[in-house]
Amino acid sequence: MSVISRGFGSKRAAADPRIPPGQYRTEDFPVLSAGPTPHLDTAVWALDITAVDGTRHTLSWQQLMELPDEELTVDIHCVTKWSKLGTHWRGVPVTALLDAAQFDTQDTHYALVHSYGGYSTNFPLEDLLDDKAWVVFEYDGKPLAPHHGGPARLLVPHLYLWKSAKWINGIELRPDDRLGFWESLGYHAYGDPWQEQRYVGD
Amino acid sequence: MTETHSTSRATEPVASGIPDGGPPVGEPRPGPFPWLTAELRGSWMETRTAKTLLLSVPGWTGHDPGQHVDIKLTAEDGYAAQRSYSIASASAQGWLQLTVETVSNGEVSPYLVETMDPGDKLQLRGPLGGWFRWTERLTEPALLVGGGSGIVPLMAMLRQRIQSGVATPFHLIYMARTPDHLFYANELYTLMQSHAGVTIDQLYSRSGLPDDSRPPGRLNLDDLPTPTAEPSAVAPRVYVCGPTGFVENAARLLQARGHQSDTIRTERFGPSGG
Repeated sequence: MSVISRGFGSKRAAADPRIPPGQYRTEDFPVLSAGPTPHLDTAVWALDITAVDGTRHTLSWQQLMELPDEELTVDIHCVTKWSKLGTHWRGVPVTALLDAAQFDTQDTHYALVHSYGGYSTNFPLEDLLDDKAWVVFEYDGKPLAPHHGGPARLLVPHLYLWKSAKWINGIELRPDDRLGFWESLGYHAYGDPWQEQRYVGD
Repeated sequence: MTETHSTSRATEPVASGIPDGGPPVGEPRPGPFPWLTAELRGSWMETRTAKTLLLSVPGWTGHDPGQHVDIKLTAEDGYAAQRSYSIASASAQGWLQLTVETVSNGEVSPYLVETMDPGDKLQLRGPLGGWFRWTERLTEPALLVGGGSGIVPLMAMLRQRIQSGVATPFHLIYMARTPDHLFYANELYTLMQSHAGVTIDQLYSRSGLPDDSRPPGRLNLDDLPTPTAEPSAVAPRVYVCGPTGFVENAARLLQARGHQSDTIRTERFGPSGG
């Protein structure tokens, strides 16, 4: 049940089916994060993939660069209401990373993704597979800048952008779901922008 | 910092202030957040382009300063727009204040600042943002660093500190472009004169007052205290808020000054889209 705000609506954005409910389009690329930007050296960068049984496979930057990567152009949607259409990235599909680790994903239904600095965010595993998620290291044809998550971040465009963990350093495969940083602080466990799943209970 | 994090592993506890999954110890997961109806009771300009709105919100049970609300405006034909605003006031039942800067060509802020009259309504939900917040239960000193409209959530923290009567040392460093850009000018001046334990440094980036000892300019190392500068010599909990460029610079300088990254919480106001 809506409450009408008298006199509102004379300035409005044009309707655009690519913009999810409650979002507005921006040409800018706002930066939001919980704390200071880490500045990471690719010489010591590592991505840990951990299986349900605790087995760990560690990728160095060099190894990440050797995996098949692809260019992608996607729309991104931030829970703070902005959407940016047609963003260009280059990265490695998460599916290829999991294949390289050669883990049996049979008992794996969820993943908790970790970042340098302590951030984390959770997923049903299927939301990271196939054409749904990448570890990206280039934005707009240039190396990904630190304040946007460089040298590498997760990119999961079909969910709100807080799920696209900046400064990724781990993928923890799990049999059960465990809430990540923002999810524990009241944000939605799944985060589908088309269902407007911003917060707990939405 | 890079040395520490290059050896961190996903399954080991991460040495930082950010919880390794799960809510802050002892606190349940917040939510849900139903939409509440708010009515404008009064408003006043803070600067030529920013206005404080006093909203009456039946069902609002208070917040921790630093948190924000999402507001929703709906037009007669059903068209709606949403934006987030930091709460400017200390916690209260049934009402709150927002300070809104007009974004030219914006969709929402011009309505709030120029069109909305007492008696008009909007919807809001919250309080949102469980990380960038302060409560009087926190005992370590607080260092607040705000640029431009980033002063809003920090002012809520300062107001809460005064309202709750605690003696926690507070140090606010507020960078505004010019004296005409200052929010809460009279209140800050009064607090500066009247409250022991509250230190306020007013800095200008573009032009200041004739007898300022610090020439106007961007935030630099000398503007910031070291972690043990507070009377208690306890490292403060640091909150930085403002445009992204300001926050990046301030966070970098704070770390250069010796503040640990896990003591620094940031809230960035990107160009908000209006």
